Amino acid sequence: MAKAKFDVPAFRPYPVIPVIKSDAMKGNGPYVAKPQMQESLGYPGELIDNWQEVAIDKMGELLKKYRSLRVYLDSCVKCGACTDKCHYMIGTQDPKNMPVARQDLLRQVYRRYYTLAGKWFPKLVGAKDLTKDVLDDWYNYYHQCSQCRRCSVFCPYGIDTADISMAAREILDSVGKGQKYCNEIIAKVYKIGNNLGLPEPALRDTLEGLEEDIKLDTGVDVRLPVDEKGVEVLVITPSADFFAEPHIDGLIGYAKVFHQAGISWTLSSYASEAANFGMFIGSYENMRRVALRIREAALDLKVKRIVFGECGHAWRVAYSFLNTLAGPFDFLDQRYPIPQHICEVTNDLIKKGALKLDKSANDYRRVTFHDSCNVARASRMGNTPGGQFIIPRQIIKATCNHFYDMPEDTIHDATFCCGGGGGVLTDDLIELRVKGALPRMEALKYVVDNYGVTHMAAICAICKSQFTKVLPYYGFQMDQIISVHQLVSDAIILS
Amino acid sequence: MAIEVNGKTIETDEEGYLVNLADWNADAAKILATQDELELTDNHWEVINFLREYYDEYQIAPAVRVLTKAIGKKLGPEKGNSKYLYELFPYGPAKQACRFAGLPKPTGCV
Repeated sequence: MAKAKFDVPAFRPYPVIPVIKSDAMKGNGPYVAKPQMQESLGYPGELIDNWQEVAIDKMGELLKKYRSLRVYLDSCVKCGACTDKCHYMIGTQDPKNMPVARQDLLRQVYRRYYTLAGKWFPKLVGAKDLTKDVLDDWYNYYHQCSQCRRCSVFCPYGIDTADISMAAREILDSVGKGQKYCNEIIAKVYKIGNNLGLPEPALRDTLEGLEEDIKLDTGVDVRLPVDEKGVEVLVITPSADFFAEPHIDGLIGYAKVFHQAGISWTLSSYASEAANFGMFIGSYENMRRVALRIREAALDLKVKRIVFGECGHAWRVAYSFLNTLAGPFDFLDQRYPIPQHICEVTNDLIKKGALKLDKSANDYRRVTFHDSCNVARASRMGNTPGGQFIIPRQIIKATCNHFYDMPEDTIHDATFCCGGGGGVLTDDLIELRVKGALPRMEALKYVVDNYGVTHMAAICAICKSQFTKVLPYYGFQMDQIISVHQLVSDAIILS
Repeated sequence: MAIEVNGKTIETDEEGYLVNLADWNADAAKILATQDELELTDNHWEVINFLREYYDEYQIAPAVRVLTKAIGKKLGPEKGNSKYLYELFPYGPAKQACRFAGLPKPTGCV
């Protein structure tokens, strides 16, 4: 684990289209999954001999299954609008990290085998055989995409590079070349119930410790229950909330909110994970298997509502897909959104006056908010368009006196990814993660320099871990990233 | 990958974590630390020993909060914080200290 050697990109005086450095990020890609991990997800253990044939067939299967994929592969007109919109392109300057070039890695093969022109005149239409070099490029460059979908906002055709990168990863998995980070984690969910591999006794021990901490801090008995049947709410939160900093302060915040509002709740030791890495690898089957655990836990615990904690892509899966993956949820209380986001719960309670907040508790902080990509561009909160931007900011403003947004082209649906989403939050991709964080770090620097911002709040476990790691590379402190519910936790007056 | 410890070969994975947890011994920890250009002091050992005890009981490394509290109790409250732990283990108390302690790498969004 020797320290990776690379140059941290310098802040640019103003954002310009980066100078291209061909093959700057060429390489072997992240560590490959072990046979055991692959097999527990239903994939071949290692690269199979007839990978070419299987990959082409798999592509055909995906083209039939997802018409969107064929539309995305057919409709690009090479207008160039996306080229400088990707944080990895900006940070690494590798032209293959232009969204259009990333798409073309798959598109060239699609044209060769699935279009008439590509079958007959491959050179004329940029069609290419699926060679080992192409497969290696897929593995390398589709793991340099965080599936954040910023490029698709700027694409006049709405081509979704994330969908293309998910399809590519699914093809790679199906020929036996999966990524260690994602697949090891999914295997752990099946075996233990969460990404961390945190068994129930450890979960209970951690939560008891937190109850003691809260008691010590506030003098109030706030509970963090596990597997309590018949309560109102099942909270599904990323396991990082049980383990990492600043995530755990957010978890304390949720507990305080439920306590103060008098809502009974529980965590589940069986579904002790909100994250669903099945989405990152483009696998419907694995995404479904992970999601079904939540349904089983809700039924088993006889709860009336399901609330998701601060986790970006979990909320995409929950908001956009949960009902079709694991529904119908006709056994839940239909008067509440199914599922509901913790920010929606807290914001509603604040509006109703059910929470007493002392904003001055956060007076030593000047706060900005990082919109997490999957929340911003793939979901919503509340019942108005843009609720996913408004609600977290309303919570911050209700708990802090000093809030400042980062520049407009870096927030809301134009938000920049933290640089660690989509299954790249792994040490073997640290160079990519640091370089990809450049645009967000520049935006943060702007509010630090102009408004004296001290903290950036987020509602995603990956963002929080990623920033903890990369902030120091850019001259910031690792603890400048905080959970939104940490602000709530510090401002709430308990009784 | 592998490391040589007192003439014995111990297998590690590509990220430098021991493949078999039972292979661990104090000399292995020292060699793993040398790879990260660190020399283990008594304070490092407090953390490593606590991690191993916790793992023995729970089959997982403790949450950073649990670790900081335990270290605070042993070494004094001024050391019971993650800043101190990062001074000891610059790549992060969870991942780097686990590696030296011969435990698996914590995975997930951490």
